[in-house]
Amino acid sequence: MAKYILKRVLISVVTLWVLVTVVFILVRCMPGEPFQGEKMTPEIKANLEAYYGFDKSLPEQYIMYIRNLLKGDFGYSMKYLNQSVNKIIAQSFPYSFDLGIRAIVFSVSFGIIFGIIAALNRGKRLDYLCVIIAILGTSIPDFIMGAILQYLFGIRWGLLPVAQYLGFKYTILPSVGVGFYTLAMVSRLMRASMLEVVGQDYIKTARSKGLSKAGIVCRHQIRNAITPVVTVLGPVVASVLCGTFVIESIFAIPGMGKYYVESVQNLDYSLVLGMTVFYGSFLILANLVVDILYGIIDPRIRLQESR
Amino acid sequence: MAELMHEKNDDFEIVGKNVTQMESITRPSLSYWKDAWRRLMLNKIAFASMILIGIYILLAVFVPLFSKYGYADVDSDKMNLFVSSQHWFGTDSIGRDLWVRVWRGARVSLGIGFLSAVLNAVIGSLVGGASGFYGGKTDMIIMRVIDVLYGIPTLIVTILVMVVLGSGINSLIIALVVVGWIGTARFVRGEVMRLKDSDFISAAKILGVKNFQIIVRHILPNVLGLIITNLMMAVPSAIFREAFLSYIGLGIAPPECSWGILAKEGAKMLRVYPYQLFIPAFFICSTMLAMNLFGDGLRDALDPKLRGTE
Repeated sequence: MAKYILKRVLISVVTLWVLVTVVFILVRCMPGEPFQGEKMTPEIKANLEAYYGFDKSLPEQYIMYIRNLLKGDFGYSMKYLNQSVNKIIAQSFPYSFDLGIRAIVFSVSFGIIFGIIAALNRGKRLDYLCVIIAILGTSIPDFIMGAILQYLFGIRWGLLPVAQYLGFKYTILPSVGVGFYTLAMVSRLMRASMLEVVGQDYIKTARSKGLSKAGIVCRHQIRNAITPVVTVLGPVVASVLCGTFVIESIFAIPGMGKYYVESVQNLDYSLVLGMTVFYGSFLILANLVVDILYGIIDPRIRLQESR
Repeated sequence: MAELMHEKNDDFEIVGKNVTQMESITRPSLSYWKDAWRRLMLNKIAFASMILIGIYILLAVFVPLFSKYGYADVDSDKMNLFVSSQHWFGTDSIGRDLWVRVWRGARVSLGIGFLSAVLNAVIGSLVGGASGFYGGKTDMIIMRVIDVLYGIPTLIVTILVMVVLGSGINSLIIALVVVGWIGTARFVRGEVMRLKDSDFISAAKILGVKNFQIIVRHILPNVLGLIITNLMMAVPSAIFREAFLSYIGLGIAPPECSWGILAKEGAKMLRVYPYQLFIPAFFICSTMLAMNLFGDGLRDALDPKLRGTE
């Protein structure tokens, strides 16, 4: 186990380093002078040049950049005067985190429930309904899902608020919008996994022991079927993150995704890069946690890896 | 009893062995590909999906060619018109005909989807195949690199590449290919490693077949089905990515349009003119749906384990 964790950590660290280095190189590959534009005031320019150390040699710049990152300093925005990227992240991250957690809880729990319902009613109407939801969910991009939800529930029927993020009522539509794709993915996986477990010998044994059907389903089938769902948690975090980008813009939620999209549209390179490094590290860390978690749950994985 | 047997014996005559008939094959032999094709045709959902995609491709090719409106023609007298006989899908906020724009967008979106998926499949197969086939040090180095690259979030890299290269079709394809080949490489490597140890490859090696021949004649046909399935599955996700990037303002540069751009422009008018979003949204979703269902059907049809089961 220790060897497995060590290997995972090592790969993650190297990955992070590659990402950071790629960002460093890309900043210098950008066409023309990267920090230029009518929005650029001398103050911001001075801040940026001091941060990136454009007057120094490349290796010095690189060391400076890494040192800044290790200190957790992501640089300055090009658009907002004297706003550091850190400050923007600190302000907006809580919103995104809140939305992300809600979306994950919603999608994973409902996905598992739908998967279980579908598998237990195999070949019946409920099963088809769940399968159709799953297929639709994987075919509707989140920005379209968000817009449809906003139109139907917000504008057409006036049931839920269409924008902002002020209370529970406001969180429902964005969470569904972000999580629907994941819900579909999880329910599909859960259904397949449940059906696979049904055929296993230990289910037969449990049945021949005379356990009740509910007992078998809860204690043996679901418990065993749920393990593979853990594997997709890594991709789930990534897809939820991707969802927050557009959903936050659509619902005017002041989270990181909205800032990210805005900074892309404003060509605020330093904010894009700072946030990219932040997002990248966050995702790599999330993947590491999921990998280790999976190694703990399923011993076969770590044996396979250490071979 | 004896009587009975006697009578029976008279009824029969010995005709001897007919060697030619015994050995003849009564049913026409089906190659793997013919069989897969037959099974794909039997799958109604996959077949319908294939037809739908075919129709979309034809419309994408021909509508922009023969329409009287250009996809970027602005007409300030005809802004935000609803669906009519003049403008089949209405017009957008600056008076462009949406019917033409949808199919122009289809051309761009489908083109990017297929092209990037094919490039990913080719690069991934070459790298993964080489890694799996040669093994040893080559394999170790490639796999370490892939492990690290695999860890970098795809979305982040795609966005970074787009920021650096600027928007446009070419940079979009590059951005999608930079990270897209890794998945293919990983599974092709696994498959090739499994095949390499199988008996028929060993037999070929013992008979002195050259490596190149082994790869082309024995390994490739066995992996091709999987690669094609994977490729088809990669098309919708590439379309999805393109739409996402265009939506957040990184993909295609106006006046060129894609489905993502149309959805983005439609979303701005959602309150007043919802059809401007829902029409392109319908085409994005139906394409994704058809591609996913077709991919599923193709996977079932090309899976050698399912051959001749029904």
